[in-house]
Amino acid sequence: MTGWTREEIAARAALDIPDGAYVNLGIGQPERVADLIPAGREIILHSENGILGMGASPAPGDTDMELINAGKKPVTLVPGGAFFHHADSFAMIRGGHIDVCILGAFEVTCAGDIANWSSGGNAAPAVGGAMDLVAGAREVRVIMSHRTASGHPKLVETLTLPATGLGVVKRIYTELAVLDPAGDGFRLVELGPDVDLPALERATGAPILAS
Amino acid sequence: MIDKRFSNALGALHDVPDGATILISGFGEAGNPTELIHALIEQGARDLTVVNNNAGNGEIGLALLLKEQRVRKIVCSFPRGSHSHVFDELYRAGRLELELVPQGTLAERIRAAGAGIPAFYTPTGVGTEIARGKETRSFGGRDYLLETALSADFALIKAERADRWGNLLYNKAARNFAPVMAMAAKVTIVQTRHVLEPGDLDPETIVTPSIFVDRIVHVPDPVRESDHLAALDKARAA
Repeated sequence: MTGWTREEIAARAALDIPDGAYVNLGIGQPERVADLIPAGREIILHSENGILGMGASPAPGDTDMELINAGKKPVTLVPGGAFFHHADSFAMIRGGHIDVCILGAFEVTCAGDIANWSSGGNAAPAVGGAMDLVAGAREVRVIMSHRTASGHPKLVETLTLPATGLGVVKRIYTELAVLDPAGDGFRLVELGPDVDLPALERATGAPILAS
Repeated sequence: MIDKRFSNALGALHDVPDGATILISGFGEAGNPTELIHALIEQGARDLTVVNNNAGNGEIGLALLLKEQRVRKIVCSFPRGSHSHVFDELYRAGRLELELVPQGTLAERIRAAGAGIPAFYTPTGVGTEIARGKETRSFGGRDYLLETALSADFALIKAERADRWGNLLYNKAARNFAPVMAMAAKVTIVQTRHVLEPGDLDPETIVTPSIFVDRIVHVPDPVRESDHLAALDKARAA
């Protein structure tokens, strides 16, 4: 079982973004999508900290720490890009103006519930813009690893961690597959390279439904 | 003549009392008023409530203010960072109170305070632990949470250009929380890289109008947090 690399997962997610969409990218794996927009598409990337028209990573040595993404890493601005303050940025999010947002997640359920802000225990929680995004973006998608570092499924029937939002996730990209939460299980959209269905089922904490 | 300039940061912060609530601009490194925070450390006020998106990185600026134990409570959305060890240690030891607020709710609570709106309903956080203890009301068949305005005694913000009246322009994504924070504090103190005369800024492009600004400090060459973090990493590796 090989599956996709992290870069290939992000590229697969980028492939699903339609021309002309306004797209927010969350912290972590979703940040990679900015570098993998398919040629020939005009997609306007939104960054919660006040950027529309966020571009790819800059060349080494050409970084500006006052032009950074949600993950605090340096980015660029495309021609036509704009800056604005935080209340306007979240008006775009909460006000339903963002077509697609792509988030990272600790857990997603087959009902589309997502947990990505609190890992429990005595570690400090960190919510950022995730709750605003799941409440306001027109479509929520997730890029995540299929299992935890210790091998437990992260695609599950019921959240074990505090929810960020309920019934909001429409599509999930992992190293093993592209899946859509479909109520009773995850509907298989695409298997990763050299991944077979039994292996995917073993790695997933809820039924896999045929596409 | 209106002249809001102070000759140094310590002078601009002379009247911050113990127990004050302070809004501090910045998202990650971008827009942090590091020199104003260092002057606040020198000034000595303690038992502070600080509002920032994050909770400091490395041992500079807000992280240093926390390390010096001047802060009783921090209100923020994302205290996790690449170098947030000062916050982590204080939080785990129970020596720093945390109020975690979703980022858009944080921005809107500050904006509301500046706009004279005492509270508002938002869809953010419905059905989560954030909703606990908050009034929920349905509009058009959807549930919303009541969130209250977040005002403050002082705001410390960073601008790129200011005229002596206090009209402000920012640099790229360093704008972030500064315009709403400038509106929401009784006293707004700005550190700026460039100081100009009224009329020098194009009125069509002014982002923060001077009415929201009280004091201006010229900091032409602010410290870069990324340099500090790189030095910290190098020292640890050695």
